[in-house]
Amino acid sequence: MEAHGPRTDEDLITLLTRTGERLAHPDFDGFAADLDAAALRRMWRDMTVVRAFDNEATSLQRQGELGVWVQSLGQEAAQIGSGHALNGNDFVFPSYREHGVALTRGVDMPEILRIFRGLQHGAWDPEAHRFHLYTLVIGAHSLHATGYAMAMDRDGMVGTGDPERDGAVICYFGDGATSQGDVSEAMVFAAVNSAPVVFFVQNNQFAISEPVTRQTRAPLAQRGAGFDIPSVRVDGNDVLACYAVTRWALERARSGGGPVLIEAFTYRMGAHTTADDPTRYRTRADESYWADRDPIARLDAYLTALGELDDDVREAVAAEAKALGRRTRETVRGWESPTSTAMFDHVYAEPHATVAAERAWFERYERSFADQGVHA
Amino acid sequence: MTQMTLAGAINRGLRAAMDRDEKVLLMGEDIGQLGGVFRVTDGLWKDFGPERVMDTPLAESGIVGTAIGMSMRGYRPVVEIQFDGFIFPAFDQITTQLAKMHYRSQGRIQLPVVVRVPFAGGIGGLEHHSESPEALFAHTAGLRVISPATPQDAFDMIQQAIASPDPVIFLEPKARYWDKGEVDETRVDAQLSGEDGASAGTAEMSRGRVARQGTDVTLVAYGPTVRLALQAAELAGADGTSIEVVDLRSISPLDSETVVRSAKRTGRVVIVHEAPTTYGPGAELSARVAEQAFFHLHAPVLRVGGFHAPYPGAKLEHDYLPNLDRVLDAVDRVMTH
Repeated sequence: MEAHGPRTDEDLITLLTRTGERLAHPDFDGFAADLDAAALRRMWRDMTVVRAFDNEATSLQRQGELGVWVQSLGQEAAQIGSGHALNGNDFVFPSYREHGVALTRGVDMPEILRIFRGLQHGAWDPEAHRFHLYTLVIGAHSLHATGYAMAMDRDGMVGTGDPERDGAVICYFGDGATSQGDVSEAMVFAAVNSAPVVFFVQNNQFAISEPVTRQTRAPLAQRGAGFDIPSVRVDGNDVLACYAVTRWALERARSGGGPVLIEAFTYRMGAHTTADDPTRYRTRADESYWADRDPIARLDAYLTALGELDDDVREAVAAEAKALGRRTRETVRGWESPTSTAMFDHVYAEPHATVAAERAWFERYERSFADQGVHA
Repeated sequence: MTQMTLAGAINRGLRAAMDRDEKVLLMGEDIGQLGGVFRVTDGLWKDFGPERVMDTPLAESGIVGTAIGMSMRGYRPVVEIQFDGFIFPAFDQITTQLAKMHYRSQGRIQLPVVVRVPFAGGIGGLEHHSESPEALFAHTAGLRVISPATPQDAFDMIQQAIASPDPVIFLEPKARYWDKGEVDETRVDAQLSGEDGASAGTAEMSRGRVARQGTDVTLVAYGPTVRLALQAAELAGADGTSIEVVDLRSISPLDSETVVRSAKRTGRVVIVHEAPTTYGPGAELSARVAEQAFFHLHAPVLRVGGFHAPYPGAKLEHDYLPNLDRVLDAVDRVMTH
């Protein structure tokens, strides 16, 4: 039973072993063939930078500058690998831990922290980055992704054969989300409409404290079969494999082949959030097993063995990461709180009498303190 | 002017909206070839095709959730929830996603989705087929909640709702689907085709109307209870009590201005709706009247509505629902207070 349980990692698509050896794969080598040394270094750079940013944000939370932080630690290969497979027409629906994907979509990393400092709920222009806002209700966005993909199809952005025109949607969620009804409904709608959407499950083994065995008996990739959605299981700590399978899935979706389900088998090396305490539900042995499978270390080993990662590159990226950390600190500390009446902004697009009346009352109330010389 | 039923007026309104804007799509269960279980979308599948009149999988959350995604690309989905009691699988998508996207995106994302719901009782329906859940949606910032009571309003308001940039819960009083009335089809077309038509339409659908003028009691209703209120006013008038009937039309925003203005003249207010009175729209309206017209009142504001019990089986629904006797009883009580 255990051998076939959801935690087995024996049947994963792997191109790079944990020690950085390149394995051949008959189906997916072709989808990684365009990755020259420069492309791999860019991936290594992105993974390194997003981890540095992630660690900086954790520190800022510890210093009281952020209310909470959601670490992406350990999931860099799944996020950077898949993110590099996207093109400009594709549209991303992230969950809330996809800081690595955000980086690949050109989001200015410190901006993400507006959410976690409590300034606002959404912090970037989704259309400009073709990267939707984070969604905190688990799995709810899988339906938005599917509807968006159905609309892209309707708009003639699928199956034209013109790479300038064709696009697809990728939707990220975790192992916990696969238990949500919305995710199953999304697969139903995607399948019957043959929508160009790739469901990318980062199975990081935990939904806060609950191991994936509380969500499923079978490997999550098996979910696809019942919907007739082709599915693959990939080593989520192998950036090459994540890139290759996502590229395959996106090309399939863009060309009109319909939805794909990818299960990226990875590990949440950090806590669920800075408010969580993983020592209550997992062992050091488990953590060290996965530390040996660190996604950055394995690409590092591969590039180093190839002689493609010299000290100059390491130093340059380290300096870049350090500079981003400094800029992040300064940016976060420099943000002023919004004015209190900003809570009434954008509730509706058109005027709404209740919002207008409450806003007017609140402004009068606040002014009443100013009139008395008391600071509200 | 053309005579049509309330259901027919919605059908004509949907057709007009689809003719006006090719981004308007209909989504729902059995709305295509069948024309909907109440036939509100009758003929539209044939004329606009399955691409614009989409029979969806049987999954309410999925319908609303995918409508959100489609509207992010500029479509204007009009979703049909088959019956009021079946809306709850979509409750998260409506209250947590649809209602909040404009806010959480700082106004960058508009979701002009209309959720049509045949609601309220009186048709001898099975369990979950006769409910009035409007308070749950009116309590949620970001949604507009409206309900027409006449074919003219049904024709106008469905088109104004579709043109509005905000999400709208459009509650159709199913027991009134077959009520007939004269409809002017030109006025709303001119409004919505004009400059700032969507804004003008949204403002108009958000206002109540005085359906009958009177001086002694303000009787407030919306959707299915407007006809009841007018009948009560007729009977009370014969007994020498002059009743003003306000048809709210909109529950969010709640046009309390129109009600308060009337209450200041009559000094007596009775609110009638099918929804349970406990935490219902009447409770909110009553509080506003107390806040804004307290010293004009001759009697406490009374509510006539559903009880704090699940909607009963059909044999009991006429005891559960507000009826002429209960409305007139409340009128007597405010007159004799």
